[in-house]
Parts: sequence; C-alpha cells; structure tokens
Amino acid sequence: MNAVPLVTNETETLFDSDEMVLSMGPQHPSTHGVLRVVLKLDGERVIDLDCDIGYLHRGAEKIFENRLYPMIAPYFDRLDYIAAVSNGLLYVGTIERAMKIEIPPRAQYLRVILTELNRLASHLLWLATHALDIGGFTVFLWAFREREEILKIFECFFGARLTCHAFRIGGMSYDAYDGFEAQVRAFCDTFPARLEEYETMLNENRIWLGRTVGVGVITAADAISLGLSGAPLRGSGVDYDVRKTDPYECYADLDFDIPLGENGDTFDRYLIRMEEMRQSRRLVMQALDKLPGGPIMAKVPKVIKVPPGELYHSIEAPKGELGLYLVSDGGTKPYRLRVRPPSFINLGALRKMAVGSLVSDVVAVIGSLDIVLGEIDR
Amino acid sequence: MTFEQILFILFAGIVVGGAASVLLQRNPLYSAFSLITTFVGLACLYVTLKAQFLGVVQIVVYAGAIMMLFVFVIMLLNIRDEDTAVDPNRFLVYLTIPLGAILLGALLYVVTKVNLAQPTGDEGGTVERIGTNLLTKYLLPFEATSVLILMAVVGALHLAKREKE
Amino acid sequence: MPLELLVEWTIKLLIGFVILMTTVAYLSLFERRMLGFMQMRQGPNRVGPFGLLQPVADGLKFIFKEDITPLAADKFLYVMAPALSLVPALMTFVLIPIGGEMKIPFIDRPIALHVTSVNVGVLAILAMTGMGVYGIVMAGYASNNKYSLMGGLRSSAQLVSYELAMSMSIVGVLLQAGSLDLVKIVANQGGWGGMQWHVFWFQPLGFIIFLISMVAETNRAPFDLPEAESELVAGFHTEYSSMKFAMFFIAEYANMVTASAMATVLFLGGWQGPGVAQLPLLGPFYFVAKMLFFLFLYIWLRASLPRLRYDQLMDFGWKFLLPLALINIVISATVAVVLL
Repeated sequence: MNAVPLVTNETETLFDSDEMVLSMGPQHPSTHGVLRVVLKLDGERVIDLDCDIGYLHRGAEKIFENRLYPMIAPYFDRLDYIAAVSNGLLYVGTIERAMKIEIPPRAQYLRVILTELNRLASHLLWLATHALDIGGFTVFLWAFREREEILKIFECFFGARLTCHAFRIGGMSYDAYDGFEAQVRAFCDTFPARLEEYETMLNENRIWLGRTVGVGVITAADAISLGLSGAPLRGSGVDYDVRKTDPYECYADLDFDIPLGENGDTFDRYLIRMEEMRQSRRLVMQALDKLPGGPIMAKVPKVIKVPPGELYHSIEAPKGELGLYLVSDGGTKPYRLRVRPPSFINLGALRKMAVGSLVSDVVAVIGSLDIVLGEIDR
Repeated sequence: MTFEQILFILFAGIVVGGAASVLLQRNPLYSAFSLITTFVGLACLYVTLKAQFLGVVQIVVYAGAIMMLFVFVIMLLNIRDEDTAVDPNRFLVYLTIPLGAILLGALLYVVTKVNLAQPTGDEGGTVERIGTNLLTKYLLPFEATSVLILMAVVGALHLAKREKE
Repeated sequence: MPLELLVEWTIKLLIGFVILMTTVAYLSLFERRMLGFMQMRQGPNRVGPFGLLQPVADGLKFIFKEDITPLAADKFLYVMAPALSLVPALMTFVLIPIGGEMKIPFIDRPIALHVTSVNVGVLAILAMTGMGVYGIVMAGYASNNKYSLMGGLRSSAQLVSYELAMSMSIVGVLLQAGSLDLVKIVANQGGWGGMQWHVFWFQPLGFIIFLISMVAETNRAPFDLPEAESELVAGFHTEYSSMKFAMFFIAEYANMVTASAMATVLFLGGWQGPGVAQLPLLGPFYFVAKMLFFLFLYIWLRASLPRLRYDQLMDFGWKFLLPLALINIVISATVAVVLL
C-alpha cells in the first residue's frame, strides 16, 4: 500500500463498483478539529485510509524565526491549545537548557503543579470527546464539569482559560495568587470520586468494552518503529515517559508511577489515561506539600541570546513526547525552531490501527489517539 | 355508488397505476417504489374484501421484507439509466406483444369462468380461520412450502459461505 | 355506513392526532430536561415557565428555516421521503386502545377509547412501522450524500433485523391472549385485580426482548447507528432542513410514543390496573403513566449507554435476540397448552 494516492482529485479511478471513497472531514463532528480522513470503504469496512492535514496551518515555525526569544513563548500556547501550559513549559525549558539557567525551586514546583493540572484538563477533554465519539453522551458533559474547575483555577492564575501563559525564561512571571493552594487542594479532594463515577459508567459497560477492546491494536514493535509516544506507546507496554527517562523541572524529586498497557488496544489506552489522571493528581498533591518559598525568577540577562549550537529538549506533554529542536546562531532570534508534535506522529499510526476495521472503529481510534490539530498543522 | 365501490375504484386505481409505473419508469428504484405502491393498494383491496389478515401479511411480507431487499440491491449496485435502457433492435422486444396477448387472454378466461361471489359473513380472512385451514385442510402444501423455504435458506447460506472462502 | 359512526371516528381521529402531536412536542422538551438533569446541566428553561413553551419556539424555528434541497438530489424522492416516514408513524396510533369502554354524558351508548380495532391489530402496527423504513431509505438515497446513503442502508438493515426479533417476541403474548386484537389482548390482562399483566404472567422474557428490539426499531440510543452523529454526521437526514427535517423528527418521536404504547398494551396490561373495574376513568391515567415509564426509559438509556458498532448490533439481533425469542415461543406454546 502506498500512502499518497487517496488524496487526489481523480475520483473516477478510485470508484470500483464495490468501493466507496468517503471524505470524512474537515467538517466532521468527530475528527477533532479540521482533520480530513479519506476512507476507502467496502460497505462499512475500511480498506484503506489517508489523512489529509494542513487546514489549520499558520506557519508557526516560520514565525518563530522572526521573533525575539521572549516574544515566541505566547505562540506556543496556540499549538496544542488544549494543553497550553505544557507547551509553554517546553519552550521556556528548552531556552533555559540552552542558556544553562538554573531556575528557583519554587518556580519549578509551581510549574509542575500547573502542567499536571493542565494534563488533567487535557485528559478530561480527551475522555469527554472519546466517550462522545463512542456515544457516551453523559460522560462528555460530566468531564467538562471537572475541566471547568481546573479552568477556573487557570483563570485566576493566568487570567486566561485556554491560552494560559505565565512561564518566563528563567522562572515564572508572577507567583501564585492568594488561595491558590486551597483551591487546588479542594479540587484534588473531590476529583478521585468523580473519576470513579466515569469508571462506573464505562469500565464494565459491555458496549464500551465491545467498542474498545481489541480495536485499533498496535504492537510494541510497531509502536516504536512508528515513533509513537504517550498513551499510544505505553498502551502497547513500552515503558517510556520523558518525566522518568529525562526528568525536567523537579520531577526527579516526586514520586509517581507510569501505567502500562498490555494489548495496545483502545481500551488499554483508555485505562492508561485514566490512571495517568490519578497519578497527575498525586503529583499535584505532592508538589503542593513540598512547595518551597523563595524567589520565582532566576537571574536572566536583559536581552536573551542563546549561545550558538543545536539542542533537542522534550517533555511529556499530555499527548506524548513533545519535543523542540533548537538551532541557534547566537543571535536574539532562533535560527530554526522545529517542534516535534506528538499528535502528528501518533496520527501516523491511524492507518496501521484502523485499516481492516469498521468506520465506527476509525472514529474510536482517532479519539483514542488524542490528537489536536493545532499541534499537527502548526 | 356505495362506499365500497368508491373504495374499490380508488384502490384499484392505485394498483393499476402503480403497476403501469413499474413498467414505465426508467430508474429501477422508482420501479421498485411503484411496485410497493401496487402491493399496498392490493393490501387495501384485501381489507375491503374482509381479508384483513391477508392484507396485513401482504404489506409485512411483500411490501415490507421482499421489496426492502430489492431496494437494497438496487441501491448497492447503483445501476445507471444507460445500463437499463432497452435496445429497440433486439427481436425479443417484439416477442413481448404476442406473449402479452396470450397472458391477457388467459387471465380474461379465468376471470370470466371463476365464481366471483362476495365473501359471506364477517369471518372471511380472520387469523383463526386461516390458521385452522392451514394446519388441517392444507397441511401438506403448508409443510412442503416450509421445507422448500428451508432448502432455499440452506442453499443461500452455502453460496454465501463459499464466496467467502 | 352510519353517519353517527363516521362522526365518532372523525372526532376520535382528531383527538388522537392532537394528543399524539402534543405528546411528541412535549416529549422533546421532557427528553432535553431529563438529559439536562442527568448530565448536571439545565436544559431549555428560558421559554415560558420551566421552558414549557420551548416546543412552540422549536416549531416556529423549524417553519422559518430555509428549506434546502441539494442540487444533485433526486427531487421527487427527496420530497417524498419525510412524508413517507411521518405518515406510518402517525397512522399506527389509531389502533392503540388507551382506555376501556366508557360512558360519556349525552351519549347513550358506551364509547371505546380507541379509534378503531381490527382483528389483526398487532400485525397491522408491525406492517405500518415496516413501511416507515422506506422513508428513511428514500431519504438516504435521494440526498445524494454518502453519509445519508450509509445511514439509510444501516437503518434499513437494522430495522429489518430487529423487526424479526420484535415480531417473534410478541408471538408469546399472542399465544397467551389467543388474539391479535389489541383490545382483546388488554382485556386478557384484567385478572388479579387488574395486575395480571403479561410481564408477570409467563412473558418476562418476551418483554425484555421486545423492550430491546423496540429501542432498536425506533433508532434510539444505544442503537442509534443510522444517525450516529460521531460517524455519519446526521445519517439519513444530513441534508434535510426546515420542516422536512421536522417531519423526520416528529416521525422518530411518534414512533417512540407508539412503541411505548405497544409495550404497554402487550406486556404491562394497557389501561388495566387496580381499581379500573370500579372506576373506568382511571384506565387512561394508568395507560399514560406506563407509557411515560417507557419514554423515560428511552431517555435514561440515551444518557447512560455508548453506541454499539454496526456488526455488534447485527450479531446481537440475529445471534442473540432472535434465538432467545424463538425459545420464548417454545416456552409460551408449552405454557399455553399446559396451563391455560
């Protein structure tokens, strides 16, 4: 099978008597944005599929090359707009590594709390849409209830709900507001019970199991060779989490587990993300307990210049390994900034996972890959 | 004109109109839908003859199940107009005229010969009467038909299975 | 035909139509409010007190929306389809008995609370719901849209399959009641002080099979594949707008009402209940209460369950429900011969 020919204008050659080419998207309720999936169908069975992306392309990487280093950071919030905090952390983290800036512990812990809360928000949105794709209408709205509480915390902290931005190169631009800790703790206290509610709705539901178990299977070897990361990789049983393998911020001081799947199917990916939510809550609680005082900004030069050279830095974003490749010529602007978007690379596995299954499975698999088009198209 | 006569003319019109439409439509799907109209009209005629059971079964079996399969096949095959257009040069076309005449003659003969008495009483086509008759007087034909259908089912299964392998 | 009877039928038809349409309108509000309640949100509550005028607003909105016909659509079938799906849905209600015979002031003979009763009532309802499928198939074909086509195909396959299981599950009741007439079936459940319903009386299995297939027959969650919005956008009515869409909408809800009424009549004793023998006026109230229970069940299911996949749906219908229904027939036949 070759990858290209499905997306073409010559529909005539594609139409055999038994086959139907269905263009799913870009305006489709369950392609999570403006993804277009071209499906070649035999009845309801998918013979072949191809993803057509680029509907949300904004030329972000080119824009980066024309901005001063501090001016780039807000653009990152618009890549994976579901997890803006993680994106911000990646950018400032990369520049800090390149400039070898040691940031104060309080800023590190605050960053971890916020990124983990953001992971929760992102996973909740994933759970909501994934459930809705499979028809679980109620879980969709319930998950938004918890996400709303996180967004309220974000609104107080960042002044924004979606494109949250408070990380600066060298630390934080402002400290936690009064009552931040209490609000986060209140959320963490109620959250496990809510999570259990979802699990009672889904975990033992025969229909949910039927729709997810054995659907979109990918083996560990395939997952590695396709470069998957995040839950799609760990669902196949590969123990890889950047927070453990290459700890950044203060993750090395915190205690958390990496859930692993066995079968690499949609249900395992679902279980992993549910467990990750528990672990994220645990991390938030630990970081709150250990939250030190002190400054939130390191000493950073007035004009930020990155020493010449190349650097790759990655973090464990909610969707997978989010990486940034920085090439600097020593100036005030990056020579090249290349993002490794986990959604894009994970989406590459869709063909492997969904060919041979039914149309409904394609929707379930897209949901379980947890993609964000803002990140894929950049 | 009595009420029954008005109904008869109405439903007979539907039946004949539908049947004519089956033949005249170019689009096979329209033909199929016309045939359904005919069946529904026939069912209504049965009901006016106090054969409610027969009428309802006519709709359930013919208009509901069998025609659904027809529509299914037509939709899936997606036959275009040019595929179904009749070639006027084929001699078979001219053969239809004498064949049609023979059929019409036979039908007219039967219609004039058969005793067209009205059904007596209200018990005409009730479930009880049909059921009793089927399981006593017409038991053998009834069972034979069941076996025939069973054979058809087994045959269809066999064909479908073989294609898969 | 006596004029008096004709007048009576016309009046009953009008009343039945008005009741059905009102039920449908308020069912949509009921559903949205109940879903809102279950999903921890409000639901429509702005138009009138408790949102009670919402159906009126919805109706007005449907009427004033632009009526779009796709350029490549098959115009005739495209227009016919909504009508063909709505008419059978409304027709079935004439056969439902919502109460027993009743004395009404100024009329010297008892009036039965159903429009008409035929001796093959159950089959007639099945036949009419069967005809409703064509509307959906036509819509799928005529829209000239792939999603519509797939929705239409899914729907017809689903309806044909589950119709079988549904009809088979009814056979037990028919054996027990010894009639296909809905009025007689209800009358058969009058024992035990109005509580000898078929569901308690040898037909619990048939009831469950009927309940499942009735949800599938009406294309509701978790069997709402023909209009699975996450896969097929809106299925067979993707291209429809304005009143044509409203007609599909009304047909779906009318089918829900009819199916609930059928379940009530066949298994929950129709208008029978404690005290009906002494006070016939209670009958319609019992009937409505039982029907509301089923309608609530529809909404409850929609809020709780994800959607089945197409092949799972077919497997469930053919390999599970149908054999179960056949077993039920055998049991019922034995019961009918031995015990009754």
